[in-house]
Amino acid sequence: MRPAPIAGPGRGGRLDMDDHGKHHDRANRPAASLRAVEAGAALLFFALGLVVIYDSVRLGARWVDDGPQAGYFPFYIGLLLCAGSASVLFGALGDASKRGKVFVTRGGLRQVLTLVVPAIVYVGLIGWLGIYVSSALFIAFFMWWLGRYPVLKIVPVSVGVVGTLFVLLDLWFKVPLPKGPLEAALGLN
Amino acid sequence: MEELNALMHGFGVALTPFNLVLMLVGVVLGVLIGVLPGLGGANGVAILLPLTFSMPPTSAIIMLSCIYWGALFGGAITSILFNIPGEPWSVATTFDGYPMAQKGQAGAALTASFTASFFGALIAIVMITFVSPMIASFALQFGPAEYFAVYFLTFCAFVGMSKGQGLKTIVSTMIGFALASVGLDTVTGQLRLTFGYVSLLQGFDFLIAVIGLFGIGEILLTLEEGLSFRGAKPRMNLKVVLETWRELPRFWLTALRSAAVGCFMGIVPGGATPASFMAYGVAKRTSPSGAKFGTGEIEGVVAPEVANNSAGTSALLPMLTLGVPGSPTAAVLLGGLLIWGLQPGPLLFQEQPDFVWGLIASMYLGNLAALVVVLTMVPFFAAILRIPFAIIGPVIMVVCAIGAYTVHNSMFDVWLMLLFGVAGYVMRKLDYPLAPLVLALVLGDRTESAFRQAMLLSQGSVTIFFSNALVGAITTLALAMLFWPLLSGAMRRLRAA
Repeated sequence: MRPAPIAGPGRGGRLDMDDHGKHHDRANRPAASLRAVEAGAALLFFALGLVVIYDSVRLGARWVDDGPQAGYFPFYIGLLLCAGSASVLFGALGDASKRGKVFVTRGGLRQVLTLVVPAIVYVGLIGWLGIYVSSALFIAFFMWWLGRYPVLKIVPVSVGVVGTLFVLLDLWFKVPLPKGPLEAALGLN
Repeated sequence: MEELNALMHGFGVALTPFNLVLMLVGVVLGVLIGVLPGLGGANGVAILLPLTFSMPPTSAIIMLSCIYWGALFGGAITSILFNIPGEPWSVATTFDGYPMAQKGQAGAALTASFTASFFGALIAIVMITFVSPMIASFALQFGPAEYFAVYFLTFCAFVGMSKGQGLKTIVSTMIGFALASVGLDTVTGQLRLTFGYVSLLQGFDFLIAVIGLFGIGEILLTLEEGLSFRGAKPRMNLKVVLETWRELPRFWLTALRSAAVGCFMGIVPGGATPASFMAYGVAKRTSPSGAKFGTGEIEGVVAPEVANNSAGTSALLPMLTLGVPGSPTAAVLLGGLLIWGLQPGPLLFQEQPDFVWGLIASMYLGNLAALVVVLTMVPFFAAILRIPFAIIGPVIMVVCAIGAYTVHNSMFDVWLMLLFGVAGYVMRKLDYPLAPLVLALVLGDRTESAFRQAMLLSQGSVTIFFSNALVGAITTLALAMLFWPLLSGAMRRLRAA
């Protein structure tokens, strides 16, 4: 399903979730509670600390004849990371003021995912189509999906932006960026 | 007046036609970056850094620092016209700037804010001109222990000023240090935290982290909050500018006070954002019209704008003299110096006087250029803000991806940028400060090597950090900052009891 247009033409640049009250209620329902995400993040950081400690001990985190070993400094970093995130975790679980608070609503999460998912596809396409073609497709997709622009506007804007970038980066600054079959066909490699 | 001679020499270095063009380009790009969501001083400079690798270092830093000045100026435009701060340090500017715009005084508010920004920056640059050579020559006596103490103080200052998020600041800092230690350990030649992955051999580049955390993270926040850019149309003309200028000298005391707050907060890595809030608070308490603050008082625009620009500018002082950046953008500039093969720190003043004084001279010129650019081009920048997000959002995303790729010509970095983007979004929403993470990532290696060398000198005893008056004083100050949240909390409880 395509979401309601965001800041599209004739919308006065407004970002409306949905115009209908029913949909609005659903969009405002929580997707994740603040405490759950807070605890999840703290656990993740704690795990990161454990990984750092583990690797530091593997390398040697002690003092030897010629000075500190490679893991000496990171060991304490990991230790502090674990201690800090554990305190954040217990603080978050014990903090009554955070109870019932929402980290992100369903509507908000959907907005965020409308960028994250196409962005993942976009980065995946770069290796295959080159950065210029995938960028044009990405911009065009967004204008169509979020802005509901007509094709007559989408094509000039996306091609124009990417064309400007190409002239600036490839021809002027000579920055080597990944290219794909289109550039090869046009002899621009 | 040795400094004045050096400065004049610097003007000679900076005043070439090529550098002047770069200055103007930098300022315009900077203002643009400052007004667009998802692009800010730090990641804007990070994205453009690879483009400057082929330039002479002095020209490169002139352009990049001008982007920074532009961003410092530009943040106010969205605050005043749209009630949306383009940069975190312009939040306080919305308090009185937006009400002024609603009353039809957008032109006056913008003029006041730009002039105040220029004044703040000017005070900070004068301070840099005269104070930095002293600090640099003082810092020549620093050994590894002193350096570690200074780094330690930098990170403790973040904790001390974190306003109730001390633990999260520590976690953020440690994540930065942990990421910095990934890759080849230069002392022992061993691989750390790579777990056999070839992509991790090089470690995490802070430029990627900056582009992801600040760029992508910010776009995600903007999307979720559903920001709408609907605001006042600026009416700027010479008459409004001159009328406002006639009014401004009345606020000289507020401006000076705010500049003092800004300079102090910029050197101590507190940053421009708290400085602007502090200056606003001080002005509100001391001004005779303080009760009317928040309803559109011109003084309420002047105070935060003077402070954030003087803080943002003076953040370069510790970067140049000690190699310790005072803000994320200064950290990116520091990374640039390292890439160009310059070692920031006290020796820079002796070994690269052309570079240092060229940069300082360019600060005067760049800020003047920024003032002219923003005063004349406000309608243009406001028009850019009216481009719908469905167009500008993906364009910013594309620019970020290109910026991330060009750092090492690696697709792995682009994926990393996305990962950092999502992490930045979540961490921002959970009130984890991102600036200490970036600073720790930049300073990680230097901090560790200073620590190792100091410990080697003392054969593993931490008493070396108290071995003389200087290092002892810095360490004690750092510890006081670190435990300040606990101390102030305990004092408050005592007083309440």
